[in-house]
Amino acid sequence: MRRLAGGISPRAAGLLVALLVALIAAPYFANDYLLTVLILILYFAYTGQAWNIMMGFAGQLSLGHALYVGLGAYTAAALYVHFGIGPWIGLLAAVPVAMVAGAIIGFLAFRFGVAGVYFAILTIAFCEFARIGFDHVAYTGGSAGYFLPVAQYGHDDLWNLRGRPVMFYYVILALTAVAFLACHLMLRSRVGYFWRAIREDEEAARALGIDTFRYKMIAVVISAGMTAVAGVFFAFYYNNLFPEQVFGISRSIELILAPIIGGIGTLFGPVLGAFVLTGLSEGMTELLHALGFDVPGAKQVFYGICLLVVIVVLPDGIWPWLSRRLGLERRP
Amino acid sequence: MTALLSIAGVSKRFRGLVAVDRVSCEVAEGEIFAVIGPNGAGKTTLFSAIAGALKPDEGEIRFLDSRIDGLRPDQICRRGIARTFQIVRPFPALTVEDNVMVGALLRTADTARAASIADDVMRRLDLTDKRARLAKSLTLPDRKRLEVARALATNPKLLLLDEVMAGLRPTETDRMVAILRELNAQGLTILLIEHVMRAVLALASRVLVLHHGAQIALGRPGDVVRDPAVISSYLGAEAL
Repeated sequence: MRRLAGGISPRAAGLLVALLVALIAAPYFANDYLLTVLILILYFAYTGQAWNIMMGFAGQLSLGHALYVGLGAYTAAALYVHFGIGPWIGLLAAVPVAMVAGAIIGFLAFRFGVAGVYFAILTIAFCEFARIGFDHVAYTGGSAGYFLPVAQYGHDDLWNLRGRPVMFYYVILALTAVAFLACHLMLRSRVGYFWRAIREDEEAARALGIDTFRYKMIAVVISAGMTAVAGVFFAFYYNNLFPEQVFGISRSIELILAPIIGGIGTLFGPVLGAFVLTGLSEGMTELLHALGFDVPGAKQVFYGICLLVVIVVLPDGIWPWLSRRLGLERRP
Repeated sequence: MTALLSIAGVSKRFRGLVAVDRVSCEVAEGEIFAVIGPNGAGKTTLFSAIAGALKPDEGEIRFLDSRIDGLRPDQICRRGIARTFQIVRPFPALTVEDNVMVGALLRTADTARAASIADDVMRRLDLTDKRARLAKSLTLPDRKRLEVARALATNPKLLLLDEVMAGLRPTETDRMVAILRELNAQGLTILLIEHVMRAVLALASRVLVLHHGAQIALGRPGDVVRDPAVISSYLGAEAL
């Protein structure tokens, strides 16, 4: 328990518990629309947390994280459609597939000294390979899309992830909570210290005996595996997969906005960023709708404005500033 | 005295330039060994070869009787040789304590154990009261001590210091000298590259002098500074 609470001030822990309780209680107060918005928020909080391991902790910028979402989604969907294997068992295949993809990219990059922007470009390239590749894989529907059988379910079938939004809501809430906890524990352990050392100064890290290749590989593989879990969720929640959408670069960008806006390298950043970004953009869309406007692309423009404002005003993200304002910083 | 580190006929060339030219020396366990010489003498190249940042073209470097030349820097550190950088490289966005923790975690995966090692090292380097500060907010003398602390936390048998006195005021230099003396008294072997003769004379048991990559003198500091070759190439006549 001390290990769990390590490094979190009592006020931050209180805030966390309050937030969790509010989120658990939310379905009793929220209508279906609000629930879908919350699902979206938590989905971005989860994927942002996974991406943050690579960028925020280990300093490796991935701009192709949609690859791991897509691989997870397609693997689990294919197992379900073709063999009737449920998503939880499907995870056992989907996660390793994404981990192997991450390991291949990581190996190529780190073994041959591809770093910084070139590494980021490499991650985009692999995501594009996948997009084009899956366009031509008839087994998973190709460019025409891949569909999971949908039926009206009177009850929630958690084992097969078939059911109402409220079930999906609790699933993604649980995933987000577990991811938060896992990241907290990793950050406080040896691997977390080594990742941050690599992020700050790789050569100095190496001089302190850290096998930087190994620890960067660990970051990519864990991040990819965690992201694939979100992919499985994605497949069973939306029930349709199109390579253009799943692996599109805009999907990769979408995944990284929450941690950037919330605060890269922080635990609360991805969660806060997802709430701010998705919450406000959905709110704005609703508002425009209610006022009788129909503005295509308003959401993208809004994302752009949010990014601009945060980068100019709070380059470290909202969370570091907010936590200082709330007095949540750990005092020495 | 047994040799902890032995360097035999080590050379390193950069294209046409011979940066280190067949240097041989031994560093005994428990001593403070200094490498001096004018700018461009090859001190840092020799240092980098020991630390694994460069692979020598010729010769061999042995530590605890096994060859280490050509190993990666992280492997060399795990063998028990820790280094500092001439231009200090703290992890800027981490606290002093976390910087030192990174070093301590090399020898243990247990963070509580690493924290107690870090505590001890910070105390020895006068950093305890700055433990919660971010490394980027420190002054140069503090950063230099942090650099040493972080290296020390890896529990090395040999500590390599690359111009750790450079840029320090005389009082700060004396403070660092006192700290290094104390560490040496507790059994740590130190190899230092240094320009500040005040520190070299105060610390070193033996001195290697390099000039244009070649070794021109090796001996006790008192003898070396009177060596005519050393005076003409490095110290200058006025040093007498």
